[in-house]
Amino acid sequence: MKYKSLVAIDDYSKDDYLEIMDLAAYFEKNPVQKLLDGKVAATLFFEPSTRTRLSFESAVNRLGGKVLGFSDSSQTSVSKGETLKDTILMVGCYVDLIIMRHPLEGAARYASEISKVPIINAGDGANQHPSQCLLDLYSITKTQGTLENLKITMVGDLKYGRTVHSLIMALSHFNPTFSFIAPEELRLPEEYRTFLQQRNIPFEEHTELAPNINDCDILYMTRVQRERFADPLEYEKVKNVYILKNSMLDHTKPNMKILHPLPRVNEISTDVDDNPKAYYFEQAQNGVYTRQAIICKVLQLK
Amino acid sequence: MKNTKTLSVSAIENGTVIDHIPAQNLFNVISILGLDQLTESQITFGYNLPSEKLGRKAIIKIADKFFEDIEVDKIALVAPHAKLNIIRNYEVVEKRQVNVPEQIFNIARCMNPKCITNHENIPTKFRVINDGKVKLKCCYCEKDTDIEHMKLVNK
Ligand SMILES: [Zn+2]
Repeated sequence: MKYKSLVAIDDYSKDDYLEIMDLAAYFEKNPVQKLLDGKVAATLFFEPSTRTRLSFESAVNRLGGKVLGFSDSSQTSVSKGETLKDTILMVGCYVDLIIMRHPLEGAARYASEISKVPIINAGDGANQHPSQCLLDLYSITKTQGTLENLKITMVGDLKYGRTVHSLIMALSHFNPTFSFIAPEELRLPEEYRTFLQQRNIPFEEHTELAPNINDCDILYMTRVQRERFADPLEYEKVKNVYILKNSMLDHTKPNMKILHPLPRVNEISTDVDDNPKAYYFEQAQNGVYTRQAIICKVLQLK
Repeated sequence: MKNTKTLSVSAIENGTVIDHIPAQNLFNVISILGLDQLTESQITFGYNLPSEKLGRKAIIKIADKFFEDIEVDKIALVAPHAKLNIIRNYEVVEKRQVNVPEQIFNIARCMNPKCITNHENIPTKFRVINDGKVKLKCCYCEKDTDIEHMKLVNK
């Protein structure tokens, strides 16, 4: 059997993205599919991430597979100094698929090179988290009916936010227009601006939130974290500028949806939650269907 | 007067002369080519020699040793203008330049302290990016390491 690990979002082509979108829609309509009957998946979480782990485990269970693994490496042989290589080779003897999260960057790529079973990267440090990006794409597809020709406005920490960077790469295949709203300190890094320029993808940059959200189809909010600022005064200056309030949504487009990779702290005021444009909780639900789709594609089951 | 520069280091009968090495990178070149591991060849170094192009250059003469292209291209990162003279019977029979390779394996260390290659015993792997400035993109953590900050793998 041939398989292909999913480590980084650019491991996938445009066709792969569309295939995941179709599969996720299929699982949303037909959630119980015993495609993993008799198969075992490992969830190796070398650092805790409860939401991501539960979402993957739910996906495996809905597909009829069994899950084993750990949710924190402090209770395992890893804490006794076992190398990543040994852990991956050992676990690969027990399971058909490894879903892993690791605090070090590149851990999943390395695991995919040595493992005899496929690897799904559920986050490697600040580097890649491709299932998050694919569930964002699925949420966009579901709410807009397409990924093509959309205006996507991204807000908050555009410098360090890996979900932002992955989404830019993935959407670049679909003729988007971007708008980036961030404080100067957290502006989108130059390599991504160059990436867009080289592909003739139009984008604008702003520092103010309220006046710049009325023309977008997707408003992608991220958290502005205090610890990202070298100067605490700078944080104090901008922290309230990027809080989305219900009153700001009056003149936004009717089809517009608000996404957020969660967890949210205060960057979306709770009075937005009941607005039909708020989509971040459904977005989490979409994560299970998307992860069912990823598991099936990685194992070439569908 | 004509011969003062070439006489700085004595001539060899057969072997390889590597010229136009930036002086500060002489020891990196030695390390990358593993010259410190050679037990047979006689090796002569010239260090801090005047150079119009480089300010101060280094030169290495290695007797009875000929390199594969793929070996020599590894030094392009630290000595991009290096020139090789292949010597047979005191004559230069071939001259060649070094080419920056597309990928480099286990020569440089990744600059990212959170990279897996800095925590486990994993051979490093980089794609060489050249957008005006040569950079190494780590095949694991995907971060860039620039040549000025590049540290070599301890072998
Ligand atoms: Zn690295």
